[in-house]
Amino acid sequence: MAMTIHVDIVSAEGAIHSGLAEMVYAPAVMGELGIAPRHTPLVTQLKPGEVRVDEGNGKEMQYFFVSGGILEIQPHVITILADTAIRAHDLDEAAALEAKRRAEDALAGQQADFEHAKAQAELAEAAAQLRAIERLRKK
Amino acid sequence: MAGAKEIRTKIASIKNTQKITSAMEMVAAAKMRKAQDRKEATRPYAEKMRNVIGHLSHAHPEYKHSFMVEREVKRVGYIVISSDRGLCGGLNNNLFRQLAREIKTQQESGIEVEFCTIGKKALGFFRRFGGRVLAETTQLGDAPRIEDLIGVVKVMLDAYENGEIDRIYIAYNNFVNTMTQKPTVEQLVPISGESDEELKHHWDYIYEPDSKEVLDGLLTRYIESLAYQGVVENGACEQSARMVAMKSASDNAGELIDELQLIYNKARQAAITQEISEIVSGAAAV
Repeated sequence: MAMTIHVDIVSAEGAIHSGLAEMVYAPAVMGELGIAPRHTPLVTQLKPGEVRVDEGNGKEMQYFFVSGGILEIQPHVITILADTAIRAHDLDEAAALEAKRRAEDALAGQQADFEHAKAQAELAEAAAQLRAIERLRKK
Repeated sequence: MAGAKEIRTKIASIKNTQKITSAMEMVAAAKMRKAQDRKEATRPYAEKMRNVIGHLSHAHPEYKHSFMVEREVKRVGYIVISSDRGLCGGLNNNLFRQLAREIKTQQESGIEVEFCTIGKKALGFFRRFGGRVLAETTQLGDAPRIEDLIGVVKVMLDAYENGEIDRIYIAYNNFVNTMTQKPTVEQLVPISGESDEELKHHWDYIYEPDSKEVLDGLLTRYIESLAYQGVVENGACEQSARMVAMKSASDNAGELIDELQLIYNKARQAAITQEISEIVSGAAAV
């Protein structure tokens, strides 16, 4: 039997996937990673894209879309802490400003636009999603 | 037959109210189940995250992130989680009362307080109560998303990193069971000393891009997930509190209807008796 490694994909809003895999591919910030069992311990941030889990035994490859997150590899387990939200520094900043503004409005009684950063990140996510869908369709 | 008509309309209007409250009770009961499931679903993420953070801080004991370092407290921040809607008994008020007590003790020892609010009721409370609200978010709905919290949490974390506040607390209702919700105020940042589980097997990681950045992202997400858990927990509390409140409202309406029905019947009977005696005495006079 081929070697396998345990994979857990969880998000803040719930568990997404848990099981064994022969190979896992993930979109790390510094380039895509292919992780085989016995990979050296590693922690990295993920960017929006798809995580592929190859369960081996001729089973179909499983695809999961992540909007980013953290990937941790321990000797026997891979943990993917997936974000459900699109994250980018300026976007987080915009969200913070927005929350502040709302508080000020609510306490005093106007509107700024953070549309640009938001649109950009949404575009990046949509593109990544499209790629994942295309891949799925090709199968 | 004095007042019989008034009593009848009163009974009809109470019946309508009862219909609404019992419908709300059933809706809340259904939503409560879902909210509890959601609460359960958030657990694995926080657990995994704690593991990773545990491993990281174990592998790097020399690097202390500012979120893990206690410092002298001059100013504290509260993230207050409440519901958006009312009609859920004393849920929000209990929380605010406890919070007000804590704030008072803080202020007595010369510590300033600032707030972030999640949910309409908390915002309304601080509008009346007074207090600096740095950020707020409302209308999270029944299925809150973590996106909605990023902004609020970031405002607090930024303030913490800039040294404007030295400690962050989170206030929410803890779901004990359907009948009991416990107002809870917990320290969020600095992250209180994680109990060191025996990590005999420890190894060093490769970090991409580097350890600091990864730990930064991790801790921010961890704190957000704790805030999210608070919101989900509070959501389950809201539904169960509403269910209980609406149940007792329906019961009270039922009692009221019974009482009024009795009064109505008596009035009706008295009227009939009176009519009969009038007729009888009228016939006797002829």
